[in-house]
Amino acid sequence: MSAQDAAPASTTTPKPAPRGESGKAVAKFVAQRVAGLLATLFVASLVVFGSLYLAPGNPLTFLTHGRSMTPDAITQLKAQYHLDDPLWMQYLRWLGGVLHGDFGTSIIYNQPVGALLETRMQSTLLLVVMAAVMVLVFGLAIGVFAGLKPGFLSRSVMAVATATMAVPTFVAAVILILVFAVNLGWFPVFGAGSPGLDAVYHMVLPALGLALASVAFVARLSQAAIRQELSSDHVQTAISRGLARRFIVRRHVIRNAAMPVLTVAGLTIAGLIAGSVVVEQVFQLGGFGQFLVSSVQQKDFPVVQAICMVYVASFIVLNTVIDLLYSLLDPRVSLGRTAS
Amino acid sequence: MTALAAEGRMVARTARRMRRTGALGLSGWTAVGALVLIVLIAAVGPLLNSVDPNAVSLSEAYQNPSAAHLLGTDANGRDLFARLVDGSRTALTGPFLVVLVSTILGTSLALAAVWFGGWFDQVSVRVMDAVFAFPGLLLAILATALFGSGLTAAVAALSIAYIPYIGRIVRSAALRERNLPYVAALRVQGVHGVLISLKHILPNISGLIVANATLAFGFALMDLAGLSFIGLGVQAPTPDWGAMVGTGMSGILQGFPDEALFASALIVITVAAVNVLGDRLTERSEALS
Repeated sequence: MSAQDAAPASTTTPKPAPRGESGKAVAKFVAQRVAGLLATLFVASLVVFGSLYLAPGNPLTFLTHGRSMTPDAITQLKAQYHLDDPLWMQYLRWLGGVLHGDFGTSIIYNQPVGALLETRMQSTLLLVVMAAVMVLVFGLAIGVFAGLKPGFLSRSVMAVATATMAVPTFVAAVILILVFAVNLGWFPVFGAGSPGLDAVYHMVLPALGLALASVAFVARLSQAAIRQELSSDHVQTAISRGLARRFIVRRHVIRNAAMPVLTVAGLTIAGLIAGSVVVEQVFQLGGFGQFLVSSVQQKDFPVVQAICMVYVASFIVLNTVIDLLYSLLDPRVSLGRTAS
Repeated sequence: MTALAAEGRMVARTARRMRRTGALGLSGWTAVGALVLIVLIAAVGPLLNSVDPNAVSLSEAYQNPSAAHLLGTDANGRDLFARLVDGSRTALTGPFLVVLVSTILGTSLALAAVWFGGWFDQVSVRVMDAVFAFPGLLLAILATALFGSGLTAAVAALSIAYIPYIGRIVRSAALRERNLPYVAALRVQGVHGVLISLKHILPNISGLIVANATLAFGFALMDLAGLSFIGLGVQAPTPDWGAMVGTGMSGILQGFPDEALFASALIVITVAAVNVLGDRLTERSEALS
């Protein structure tokens, strides 16, 4: 159960490759991971595209959903989805469009989905980035503090963190609204605000609600990692040799604890993407998530497909990037292993 | 989130090596007690309800707790206590089904993959990786877009989304068992692979499976409650904890936060108890192995 297990690769054949001639190994390793990324993206796109055919009824009735549409609109819909083409052609055309940022036309708004998404991207991006910063800053700070200073305070902080991990994002968001927006009036209840500082101000509560459980998770994780390093042999040796505590902590404890913690923290941040849907709904932020929910309710399937694809793609890409960074930065991870 | 947490816990777990007793301990038993109570409420509570949880009475909206309404009423004058008790059924049944289905499917897939190895193993690992790329909540939302809002589509989607979480853990545990001498001894005696997997490997890793299924229950509960909260899960007027937090939002803005707070508290208490129990069970399965 070492750090290697934290990487998404599930089977590892420890075959240490000498780091000296690693140029080739690195290239091969990166190529393998990128190939894996593309394969997963391919499967994800198949699922998102194919879901249209999983729906009850035929695709056309599913898309129109009993709405009375002019023959023109139906012809347009047929043309947009190429419903008269063979299935594999439909998929390729759809994929080709998606790769060019063309997600089709919204049935409700009768506008290109891409344009609709563009105007909504900013608040979702801001939400996830702010939450990610909070997870890293607060999670690591609390965890490192609690790990380095064992005692009553550390134990209480960890107990609170354990409890916080049981708070779903929407509950956290609702309680934050109740306390800081309704009762104290420090923050606005709804809306994304106007661009600039106002948007950041409007995003404080939503980001906090999204980040809270992950902050607790990362705090617990880093605390455990630091405690483990503190009790390890090389740190004990360093202590018995009389080295300065600050030096030991910086050089031996933080450094060794950082890698597994940062990986899992990175993956937690990728996980924020799905949670943002719910938080956007609470605070009416008008981003992708809220658009996704309203599109599901209004049965605007092209939009649902597009947003699902964007979410899944960013989730997969983030995961792969984190995995790559982790493997390349940590000299202990051997690149010679076969990725699977 | 789920598999992540599992990976994170591994780091945390190694740090807890010193506490290797195999006992659940005070926190574990407290969690068991809380869960037994909650399940009891869900099982018999609705039968004892003297008030109809769906009885609307607009003149009695937002009442404070009283003898007639133990916890007061919501925006439509419906009895909060009755709704919370009734809502425990939907809140617990969904996650239970998700865990049941995904654990059975994930375990079978992983055991088969480990036993047959080779290309079957490779393919199953790839499939699990691909499914893992879909956050559970997102797959559930996609499913409700296709099959209509409600618990059925969401539970089915989450059951699939959670398979890799259980499957990966079972696979690595079963892989370890498979390479132990006792399996080789059984093979030499000519025992069939299915029998070895089910009668010998499965019992040896069952503690780990139960522990992770418990943890998955907490995540499934949060996902399903979140889905009901945004209006795509349990549909009105059926009471559900997550949906009640959602309908309670309007009460919060008008200064009546009771509905949202009570429902939130029940969700948090249940998930916390499940998480603590899952952690203790994980420690125990490690201590015993």
